[in-house]
Amino acid sequence: MKVKVKAKEKDGVVKAKVLIKHAMETGRRKDKKGVIIPAHHVTEVKAEYKGATIFSAEFGAGVSKDPFVKFQFKGKAGDQVSVSATDNKGQTGKSEATIK
Amino acid sequence: MKISRRDLFVKLGKGAAYVAVLASLPKIAWAKWNAKAFASTDLKAAIEAKYGNMSISDSDKVILDAPEIAENGSVVPITVSSSLPNVSSMSIFVEKNPTPLVTSFAMGKNSINEVSIRIRMGTTSNVVLLVEADGKLHRAQQEVKVTIGGCGG
Repeated sequence: MKVKVKAKEKDGVVKAKVLIKHAMETGRRKDKKGVIIPAHHVTEVKAEYKGATIFSAEFGAGVSKDPFVKFQFKGKAGDQVSVSATDNKGQTGKSEATIK
Repeated sequence: MKISRRDLFVKLGKGAAYVAVLASLPKIAWAKWNAKAFASTDLKAAIEAKYGNMSISDSDKVILDAPEIAENGSVVPITVSSSLPNVSSMSIFVEKNPTPLVTSFAMGKNSINEVSIRIRMGTTSNVVLLVEADGKLHRAQQEVKVTIGGCGG
């Protein structure tokens, strides 16, 4: 699962943007043969800064395809923030960024 | 029960594969995903599954920023924020979605309580934001009109 992170700091506030490439299948769509495509979506996202989780999210199938999330926390430019994600099939993705 | 050698090997192979998958599962400690809340098909049940019987009151200190009209129900941009102290979580529900609980954010000590996300809406519906702070739920809600539904139906 591809995860992209960008983070920028201004006046002690870090604004982070995360993009996860994921089909986010709701489990309600049917394929051309009329067979239901099983649910396959991101379930959790976790952001870590200085060894602690500073933000985490639980997703249901109601989150749009290719989830795009923006969140903020108190931090400093030059530090690292890492974001990891997992889906209902146990697939995972992770990315790190240096705060600009 | 007589079992052919072929069947025996097939069973052993499947058993070994099962063990291999279990052993390779990620070792990151994930928060337990609230399956019951996300599977609830009714707003009240979803809120209860997520938050139990916590009191809910409308508050102007929680802000739900959503468009009045969403052209495309597959991608509705939402921003939620709160000026309350001690916010532990913020959750977004879409009343008329097949499963109303869309997402829930857990806030940390150094979090700033403002998060943006893109969600799916099946049809025109009330969008409800519940912010959990000091053991109480604070609510903001808004109707969002949807012209083309986004649940893939």
